[in-house]
Parts: sequence; C-alpha cells; structure tokens
Amino acid sequence: MRVLMPDNDLCRGVRACMVACSEYLFKEENPAKSAIRVEGSPAGPFKIHVCNQCGECIAVCPTEALSRDKAGVVRIDGGKCVGCLSCVGFCPYAVMFTHPDYTEPFKCVACGSCVKACPNGALLLEKVAG
Amino acid sequence: MSGSRLSVEEMRNRHKILAEFAYETGEVERGYTNRTLHVNLSDRTIVSKPVTEEMKEVFVGGRGFGLWYLWHAVTPETKWNDPENEIIFSAGPIGGITQYPGSGKTLVVSLSPTTGIVIDSNVGGYFGPLLKFAGWDALEVQGKADRDVVVFIDGNTGRVTLEEAPAEDVDAHLISEQLTDMYADSPEAKRDISVVSAGRGAEHGLIGCLNVSFYDVRRGAPRVKQAGRGGIGTVFRDKKIKGIVVKFSGVRGDTNHPADLERITRAGVRLHREIHDNDHLQCHMRTVGTAHLVEIMNDYDLLPVHNYKFGSHPDAGKISSPVWKKLFTQGIPDGCWYGCTLACSHAIDGFRPRTGPYKGQKIIVDGPEYETVGGVGSNCGIFDPNDVAELNFYCDTYGIDTISWGTSVAFVMECFEAGILTQEITGGIEANFGNSDASLEFLHQLARGEGFGVVVGQGVRRMKKRFAEEYGGDPQFLNDIGMECKGLEYSQYISKESLAQQGGFGLTNKGPQHDEAWLIFMDMVNNQIPTFEDKAEALHYFPLFRTWFGLNGLCKLPWNDIEPPNNAETDEPAKVPEHVQNYVDLFSGVTGREVTKEDLISMSEGVYNFQRVFNLRMGAGRRMHDDIPYRSAGPVTTEEYESRSERYDKQLRKKVGVDPEGKSTEEKVRILREYRVDQYEKLRDAVYKRRGWTPDGVPTLDTLKRFKVDFPEVVEVVTPHL
Repeated sequence: MRVLMPDNDLCRGVRACMVACSEYLFKEENPAKSAIRVEGSPAGPFKIHVCNQCGECIAVCPTEALSRDKAGVVRIDGGKCVGCLSCVGFCPYAVMFTHPDYTEPFKCVACGSCVKACPNGALLLEKVAG
Repeated sequence: MSGSRLSVEEMRNRHKILAEFAYETGEVERGYTNRTLHVNLSDRTIVSKPVTEEMKEVFVGGRGFGLWYLWHAVTPETKWNDPENEIIFSAGPIGGITQYPGSGKTLVVSLSPTTGIVIDSNVGGYFGPLLKFAGWDALEVQGKADRDVVVFIDGNTGRVTLEEAPAEDVDAHLISEQLTDMYADSPEAKRDISVVSAGRGAEHGLIGCLNVSFYDVRRGAPRVKQAGRGGIGTVFRDKKIKGIVVKFSGVRGDTNHPADLERITRAGVRLHREIHDNDHLQCHMRTVGTAHLVEIMNDYDLLPVHNYKFGSHPDAGKISSPVWKKLFTQGIPDGCWYGCTLACSHAIDGFRPRTGPYKGQKIIVDGPEYETVGGVGSNCGIFDPNDVAELNFYCDTYGIDTISWGTSVAFVMECFEAGILTQEITGGIEANFGNSDASLEFLHQLARGEGFGVVVGQGVRRMKKRFAEEYGGDPQFLNDIGMECKGLEYSQYISKESLAQQGGFGLTNKGPQHDEAWLIFMDMVNNQIPTFEDKAEALHYFPLFRTWFGLNGLCKLPWNDIEPPNNAETDEPAKVPEHVQNYVDLFSGVTGREVTKEDLISMSEGVYNFQRVFNLRMGAGRRMHDDIPYRSAGPVTTEEYESRSERYDKQLRKKVGVDPEGKSTEEKVRILREYRVDQYEKLRDAVYKRRGWTPDGVPTLDTLKRFKVDFPEVVEVVTPHL
C-alpha cells in the first residue's frame, strides 16, 4: 500500500507541507485544513502527525464509508459519511481531522503534495506491503 | 424464512391507498421542524399541526410533546382500546445529531393497557430522527383502522400514505425486513428506512411491545430495538397497524441545522475518545453491552432469582457476560443510531430456535440485554443461555416486552410451586422455576391466542385478581409476591435491601421501571444517601435528570455507563458532572438557547409534574397508587428470610432494636415487615415534600406554577385534591 513516511529528524518546522496539503484537499492555503500536522516550537524538536493507513477506523464506521482504495490508502466516501466522527475519536494517532466548515472529517490520501513541498526531504511516499 | 410466501413486490401490489397527504419537506431549524403530523385511522384523515413556542419551552420535545398531545386527545374516561387513545412518536431537539453517542432515541407515549395511565417508552433504532428529518417533530396516530394498515412517511418526496396491507407478516423480524425492502429506493438505501412493528403476541396479550428497526449495513439485515414497557404494542395492534415506515435519505452531521456545530463536534469527539480509551476498563459495552451487569448484580445479591425471592444463584455464571461475549458477533459497530460508539446493541447471528414457528431457521437475536437475561432468565430460574436467547427472539418478534414477560412468568412459576396453579389450570404444563419449555410454550400459546399463555400475557395485576377469584389463591399472598406497581411489572433489580430503590420503583410516574431512577449502588454499595432527606434529594434529582433524556431524544447509557477516568474525584461522582456539561453543550449547541446544568432539571420538572397530574386525571396519581408489593421491600416468606437471616437478624438488632434471639422466623418476618413498611411511609413523606407535592402525593398549585404547567385544565384536575 501507498503510505506517507515522515522523518522527524529531518523536519525543521517549515510547515510547507501543511499549506500544500490544504491546497490539495480544499483549494485553500489553510493549515487548519491540513491532513498533516507538525508539532513543535520554533527551535524544535519537531514531530510530524499524519495517517499511516493503519485502517483501524474502517471497522468503526457505521455506514462503511471508510475503505481502502486500490493502492491500499484508506479513503472516505463522502456520499456515505454521516459525520458521526467515530473515526476521529477512535484514530489511535489522532490523525483523522475535523474543521468547522465541514461535517465530514478528512485525512491523508497519500497524494504526495507535501513530499514535493518539503524543503528538507522529511517526507517520503513509499509503497509498503500490507 | 417461514411466513408469507409472497414476494415483497407481490405484497405491495396488494396494498390499497386509503388516504394520502402531500407536504413541503422543508428544513429542520435548530433541532425542530416546528410541525407535527396527525394521522386518524378511523376517519382516514392526515393533517399537519404547528408546534408552538410554549410547547418547546415547557415541554421541550420527545416525551413532553407526547404527554401534551395525549392529554388533549383523551378524557378521564378513555380506556387504552378506545379510538381516541393515541400512540405518539417523537425524537426531541437533540435527537438525530450524529456526533454524540446515544443521540437517536425515539420517545413513544400512549395510555397503557396494563396501568390505564400514561406510559412513555424510550427506544433506539432510526425512527425518531428520520421522522424529524422527514419533516415532523412528532407523529400522532389516533383512531382505529377497520383493516390491517401500514402508514408510510416518505420524507424525501413529502408524502404520507395510509395503505391497506393485507399480505405482510405481523411478526417483527419478518415485517421489518419486508417493509424495509418494499420501501427502500435501492439496496444501498435500506438504512434510510425505519419500521415500527409489534407482533402476534401483542394481539392477544396486554404486555405488547413495539419494535423499531434500523438497517445494519454489515449484517445486511434490519435490527430491532424495543419500546418495551407498558403495552404500547398491544395498542398498536388493536388499532390494526401492521407497520409504520419512515424514509429519509440524506442524514448528515448538520441535518438538525444546529446553532453551534463546533460545540457539538467537540463534545462528540471528546466522548468518542473517552469511550475508546476507557470502555474496556469499565463496562465493556462495546463487547457485551448491558449484559455486563449480570455478574455484577449477582455478586451484589441484586440479580432477581425466582420471582425476586433471592438476589443470586450458583448458576448465574452460565448467563453472565463471558458467555454472551462468545455468542455476540464481535467487531461490528453495534450502535443503534449513527455515532454511538458505546455500541451496546449486540446480536447473536445465525441462531436457530429449537421451538415454535421459526424452529430450525437461521435468525438474528437482538440481544439479550441485561433486563432480558434477568427477566426471562434468572428471575424464572432459567440459566441456559440458548433458552434465554430464544425467549428474547420470540418475545421480540411476537411483540412482547421481555421484562413484563419475565416478571409475569416468574409470578406464574411461584404460584405453581405454591399450589395455587395446577397442571389442570395450566393445560398440563409444569410451570416450575427453571422450566424454559414452559415459558416458551406459554409464549407460543400467547402468539396463537390460545391456552394458559394468554392468561400469562395479561400481566401480573390481572393474574393476581384472576388467581384469587377463580383459583382461590390468598389475595394477601398474591399481592405480596405479584411484582407490579400501578399495573406495570417490575424491572429486573432486587430492591428489597435498598429503601431508595424501593422509592425508585414505587414513586415513579409510569410504574416500576429503570428509566426514572436507579439508585441501588449509590444507596447500598456506596452509602451516599443515608438519611431520608438524602434519599428524597436523590429521588428528586435523578428522576428529573433522567427524564431530560426523554425530552431530547437521547440515550442515558453514554451518560453513566462510561465515565471520565477522574470522575471519582469530582464533587458528585454519581452525577458524572463532565457528562452533564456535555449535555448542556449539546442542548445549547443545537437549539441556541443558553442553559445551565440546573436548567436541565427545571426543564424536566414541568413535564414530570404534568405527568403526575395526568395520572391523577386518569384516576391513579395519589399516595395509595404508589403502594408497593411487599416482595419489593422485604422478605415475604420464611424461606426468603432464612436465605439472608444473618443480614436480617442484624437489622432487627441494629435498626429495629429487637433481639432476634429465640423468635420464630414467622415472627421475625412480621417484625421486619412492620419496620420496612413504616420506612417506606417515611420515605414517601420526605419525597413528596421535596417534590413539592401534598402528603397525598398531589402537586401543589405553587409547584405547578413554578414549572409553568399551571394550565387551567391542569389546575382543574388538581384542585379537588388540595
């Protein structure tokens, strides 16, 4: 499956990833609408929070709105989602996100926009087994 | 599946539309549609009625709307099977949000066949929310059809039809599937349908329940929850309703158009996380549901055994939660409305009954819940989990309340063992405790409308009368052991050793059920309410707080069957203060009305007092109607006394000031009884006072005024009693 692999040691807290992500998902440069978050103060150290496609959310969804696509990436079917946010509460890594503008949550879809945007090579898109 | 051989299409072809009503679908505004639907089955009229601001302020929604409408539908002379009796369904302003666990309940109100006064029942499934989103804050069904009918509410096209429905089965598991398939726009849209049904048992017994469905997408089948108490299923079938169906497609997180979605979202995510982190350390709802209570009640001597004689049994382990965990299919999100991660609605898949019309067929058992295990299981001395599951299934599909069935059968079993009933009377059935074949056969007889099972299905109050008048049973003994109050059968807890819970059962509006008060642990285990005033305070706060859920379309389980890890350190852990704050956030978030925790109580207090006066209006709202059977307060027999003699002797010494030494058990039973009866009288005095009622249990004018329910028609009812 295709999954984003962050390297915290290379991260310098630039947060260009967050801008690129929200731009890709919502056509808006808005870190609050990013599915990748960088935690840490200006001097560091930094910690990158992003979905690792573990799939634990799939079983919690009451409408089967969550499933893996052909690349193994966990995707939300907006037509089935009823906005119950069970997945948000049950995500072991707190990387299923909400924003007041939407009733449905959003997550990393392993598109690679953040990989391109990172000046420090802290993000990689990898194909892993499983 | 056994049942009708017709296809669903053929069944629909046999429908005839008897009445039709078109309406503008509209939007929900801050939790309300501001209109309700009234269907009259007798004259086949369907109309829309407005919701007033006063209704919303004083009655809020849900049970409150149901009570208000029922009051205006009936007269003091109305009987449950008169056409003017109504069944009213309503969600409530918060009902239908998807973010917070337990937000999809439906409140159902009617005059009860067993009590003659109002029953209100709180049920899961999708009906209430979909009804609201279809355009209706409530649905009133009045009158009686002259043939079997289905009411169909299409919330997307804006059309209500009353349809003759001759071909569908009556039993819930069949008709839920038939009507779901019939009215869904496509297989993918089945979860947009909810069906209300009863069953054949409800045609012959007074203890009928309603089944309310939701479509389980993973199981590919409808599931049913029950509006169990009070016999509403019996009213349903008496009106010749086979099913009420609502369809609404397009449920989203903001379909209620809340005032502050973010506030709701924050509360929802907070609770989902709390459940994720703590449920497996607390009540295990996500794996075993309410059945986790079986072993706990057994350990505390509170599990009803043999018609509430005893509180535990060596075989209780056979029907305790580890057994159910293996039988319930794990890993399915078993919420009965979207977003309930407490997810306690478990089911046994692929069960094959060994008796009855569906013998050998693969069916889904919806449950069992704790009350069912206690009722049809331990209370009847039945400890085989498969038999408990089978009784659960047949009660549901026949539309019979498992709680009333369990308590009624337990009563029959004790009467049989006491020699009041004989095999001649029971038609050859040996109705001893533990005989599951007897309970099953009585149930099938009830569904067929023949045999002693029909007598059992009349409920405990009527059986007491019959057993005294026709079989020569001692009326005093029957009164002592017949576990009903106001005509409603007790739910499955031993209240004998908890004065607070005796009040929790006896001093309720609708009868002894667990909706209003559950104080056993506070009282007996944690000793948090030692004085009469403490108990009265608890019997004021908790019934009102719990009533609030019924006004808003909410389930109580996410309130206190999951707790924040630091809850024990708060000021009042029994109230679970952080969750009370969540409910403040939900109410304000949806309606835009800023409220405090105290406001939740005053919202309920008006409705609660109104219901008490409604009881009075129907002839049963005074002190004497809160009398309880002695089995609920103490040992009736020497057998019971001796099963706990150490505890009772100690109480005689310490509390009554009598030395048990040298006294016969009969004498000790008598002395203890006098003491306990007196205790209940004192409790009543304290509770009535705290509630603002007269010593005769009647709300004073001052109380009615304070909570804005001093309507002229209410004052008129109360005044002669003041």
